[in-house]
Amino acid sequence: MKRLIIGSLTALVLAGLAVATQAADKFIVVQSTTSTQNSGLYDYLLPIFEKKTGIEVRVVAVGTGQAIKNAVNGDGDVLLVHAKSAEEKFVADGFGVKRFDLMYNDFVVVGPDADPAGIAGSSDIVAALGKLAEGGKTFVSRGDDSGTHKKEHSLWRVAKIEPESVSGGWYRESGSGMGATLNIAVGMDGYTLTDRATWIKFGNKADHKIVVEGDNRLFNQYGVILVNKDKHPNVKSELGQTFIDWLLSPEGQKAISDHKVNGEPLFVPNAAAAS
Amino acid sequence: MDSFTGAFSEAFALILRGDSDLLEIVALSLRVTMTAVAVACVIGLPLGALLVVGRFPGRTALTVVVNSLMGLPPVVVGLLVYMMLSNSGPLGVLQLLYTPTAMIIAQAVLVTPIIIALSRQVIEDLYAEYDEQLRAMGMTRFAMVPTLLFDARFSLITVALAGLGRAIAEVGAVLIVGGNINHVTRVMTTTIALETSKGNLALALGLGIILIALALLVNAAVMSVRHSAARTAHA
Amino acid sequence: MLERVPVLIRKRVTDRKNRECMLRLRNVVFEAGGKRLIDGLDLELFSGTKTVIMGPNGAGKSLALKLIQGLLEPASGDIVRPNEGADFATAMVFQRPTLLRRSVEANLDHALRVCRVGRADRRHRVEELLELGNLEHLRKQPARRLSGGEQQRLSVVRAMASRPKLLLLDEPTASLDPAATAAIEALVNEAHQGGTKIVFVTHDAGQARRIGDEVVFLHKGRLCEQTPAEEFFEQPVSVEAAAYLAGRLVL
Repeated sequence: MKRLIIGSLTALVLAGLAVATQAADKFIVVQSTTSTQNSGLYDYLLPIFEKKTGIEVRVVAVGTGQAIKNAVNGDGDVLLVHAKSAEEKFVADGFGVKRFDLMYNDFVVVGPDADPAGIAGSSDIVAALGKLAEGGKTFVSRGDDSGTHKKEHSLWRVAKIEPESVSGGWYRESGSGMGATLNIAVGMDGYTLTDRATWIKFGNKADHKIVVEGDNRLFNQYGVILVNKDKHPNVKSELGQTFIDWLLSPEGQKAISDHKVNGEPLFVPNAAAAS
Repeated sequence: MDSFTGAFSEAFALILRGDSDLLEIVALSLRVTMTAVAVACVIGLPLGALLVVGRFPGRTALTVVVNSLMGLPPVVVGLLVYMMLSNSGPLGVLQLLYTPTAMIIAQAVLVTPIIIALSRQVIEDLYAEYDEQLRAMGMTRFAMVPTLLFDARFSLITVALAGLGRAIAEVGAVLIVGGNINHVTRVMTTTIALETSKGNLALALGLGIILIALALLVNAAVMSVRHSAARTAHA
Repeated sequence: MLERVPVLIRKRVTDRKNRECMLRLRNVVFEAGGKRLIDGLDLELFSGTKTVIMGPNGAGKSLALKLIQGLLEPASGDIVRPNEGADFATAMVFQRPTLLRRSVEANLDHALRVCRVGRADRRHRVEELLELGNLEHLRKQPARRLSGGEQQRLSVVRAMASRPKLLLLDEPTASLDPAATAAIEALVNEAHQGGTKIVFVTHDAGQARRIGDEVVFLHKGRLCEQTPAEEFFEQPVSVEAAAYLAGRLVL
């Protein structure tokens, strides 16, 4: 029995050695967001790309702010996030070569089935936010400077409301990724703003559902940028560019729209047609 | 709560079908943690012994510092190691970020203070017992270190297991320096965090159960080896 | 008031010729906890004899041994070792043996390694020492599982590993039964016959008579007398020693 235990543990450790030492010859690191990761897009897309080009794509999925910071530090070859103004600043500051529109989806507000704030079915986000604030119903914010958070923040401004001033009351800032925030919202019977893709794939919906959608202010644009080799010589520009080119190509764009959950596509490709 | 029953059935299902992703993740977790603990012991055990036999100013202060470092938050260690290994950091040229090696480094940094602090205590107790006799045999204090380390071996195994427990359970450090990259740097704890963030709570908990079972297995194996060794050498 | 008779007159050790002085303590003082525990100790030890140190509790017997062994440093005074050299080894055996958490033979191997004996020789010497201590049948046993007598035998042969010129023993048989005590005394005699100078602290007058050639009597950290053994027990010179042997000496 003892030998069996020791034997199996040794086998596992050796297997671990095998896993870790298989360094791919060609690989790039993509800094992206947790919401993109959790939508399952990469699990679908990357095998297609790898098979075609032999380039392994390693995705580091963190909050938008962290992804951008990592790219600024040169710890990634490609940046793929959904925070347009931050992305443009990234390029303007010289850390990125050029920003391309890649795909979009939309944000939705999810909330409990019972809908205490009475906003279900609305397609006017500003009005809905107004009702939430008025009624003082629990709303959970990302609170982490992510693309989702920035979108949420801009919507509150349009509604001329400053919920941060009552943070800790009906307005709760989780400071976490989308999944963790959704867990909290479900756990607290509260409302939250989320991108549709994450929600569709989310496994802990309990009795929450989409309550507000369709407002074109809820548009969520994703952009992809090659990290600038001039700032960090270790960046794999060629391989990274290959990946970006593929994503923007008709083949890549089609692959994006082919990624569906329950028959629903999660993203709509919208790269500018090659001129 | 049906998350709990769901968790057990998910765990069994994964194990029974020998899910290859699961095996990969388990193997990597073990490899990273065991290597890190081994490194930490190689560095920490002699340092712990030296803290006992050494006589230098500030020895007590150093002991206090080392004991406090046992409480280093893993996420802080992860952050510090990330800053070292980043392309904009001093060791960026090594290109170690987002590799299992980076994870081993981070966990070794986390575990070494535990090894030093606990082995120091174990060896100090032994030193009190042996000091007079070993000095009478003509040994200098530094020469005593290998003797003390070997004679304390059974307690030191427990020290190593304490380090192992800390390492296999942490997620903060490996998440930041490893990046939780699928098939490259994804370990049990980061997978549990990921599945939780996807709302797949039963699966996450199932993985947690597997992780605990793994820790149990390792401890049981070590205990049985220790037992048979103890029977032949120890009183 | 007990008078202290000058020591010079008391040294009538048997046959000083061909005996070299191995150790000389001159006016050694040792203090601890604010008290003078060794208070101007003068002592000379000569090769070839078995010296027994006696005295009431607190007289400083153990301290004297530790000072000789070098485990403690005197506050003042000197300890002169005229023959200090590469092969002048001193070894010490304590009342309670401290054995390593290893087998009997591993303990001996360790002691030999400390004396820098090479691997080839070590194997051979371990055998010798096991035989000397009558411990061959116990060689693989965890040393700490041995009986008190066996542990002490191991302690003594371990001390012999360095082939010491001077062997110090601090009440080694105080907690042993007569059979075990006899075994230890036999070992001590063997060591002596091999050319090792013996210094043996004991409370047991009978043991002192069996073993000792001379008796050094300490009281309050000073030397009271140094007398050949038979004379000491017939008629000690110092009043303190007489009182001690009669069971009347209290510190």
